[in-house]
Amino acid sequence: MGAQLRIYRRRMRSVKATKKITKAMELISASRIVKAQQRVAASTPYANELTRAVSAVASYSSTAHPLTTADENPKRAAILIISSDRGMAGAYSNNAIKEGEQLAALLRERGLEVKPYLVGRKAVGYYKFRERFIAGQWTGFSDSPTYENAKEVADSLIKAFVADSEVDPAGVDEIHIVFTEFKSMLIQNAMAKRMLPLEVVESDAPAPTGLLPMYEFEPNAAVVLDALLPRYIEARIFNAMLQSAASEHAARRRAMKSATDNADDLIKSLTRLANAARQAEITQEISEIVGGADALASASAGSE
Amino acid sequence: MTLRVELVSPTERVWSGEATSVSARTIEGDIGVLTDHSPLFGVLVDGQVVIHGTNGENKEFNVSGGFLSVSNNRVSILTESIK
Repeated sequence: MGAQLRIYRRRMRSVKATKKITKAMELISASRIVKAQQRVAASTPYANELTRAVSAVASYSSTAHPLTTADENPKRAAILIISSDRGMAGAYSNNAIKEGEQLAALLRERGLEVKPYLVGRKAVGYYKFRERFIAGQWTGFSDSPTYENAKEVADSLIKAFVADSEVDPAGVDEIHIVFTEFKSMLIQNAMAKRMLPLEVVESDAPAPTGLLPMYEFEPNAAVVLDALLPRYIEARIFNAMLQSAASEHAARRRAMKSATDNADDLIKSLTRLANAARQAEITQEISEIVGGADALASASAGSE
Repeated sequence: MTLRVELVSPTERVWSGEATSVSARTIEGDIGVLTDHSPLFGVLVDGQVVIHGTNGENKEFNVSGGFLSVSNNRVSILTESIK
């Protein structure tokens, strides 16, 4: 076998091996999207009920709560960026990180100091590489977050929010979240939202029909708000994490699908090249034989 | 008239259906909800939630904290975890 042909065959073998891996990853991600979507759906009744309750309490009670009142003179803002732990998902993590950068620039323009809280190894890696300050980081659960994970993140954010930013350097006045919204299998958007102080109005759920009932609070509105708001933040973060996880799988599936398609194209063109090389080799061999026979014939003809 | 009851946790809808009454333990003490109860929002403590189903069956759940909201014969029980 000719050297050229051998090289082509070797490259084909390696591309085929890669294709097998990407194909497998594509299939795994495809099956996980469905599961992740189901988890998003399963978490919505709880989130909807909480949103309803928070809106009701916030609109029918005059109690000022530290979690609902905006600081007149904000100094610091926390950004929670939700990225993935693993790569091979196209621009998924990059999009979230870039959205975070834009938000940070916007906040700095307003004169705020930005404190990044990061979820996922990719975001942590990005910040570490640039030797930036990280206020908090969590890794290892990006593809299937549990409620406990969300709770852990929410706890430290709420703690930072409740701390007085005037005296405590760890205290923040605003909390923003950057996550990837799962719109459909094909569309996922990285987006930034303000989480605290609350903007109760916006919610993913359709607005409750009619007026909210005049609730009677047990024991009273202040205690209810105290108990309700942390849960609400947890539920929001949990929902964002679940959506991000679904988006991550969708992004990975898409990236792996195009990798598989590319491998197919590559294999096709390499096959063509290998065929041409083989053919050229055969042609050369034939012309060598014919040439040799000719030379022999003319040599024996000349000796007579 | 019956109550439309939903018991939900962050990860799933645990139970939903019709019931004649619901009892739960709030910060201020045990509370029972029958049909046409006035709108109420209560904070639950660790304890038992009992849903008396329309078919005479009682469903019992041990919840760890949560909320109880009642309005228009709709009862939603939100809890972080159910044991």
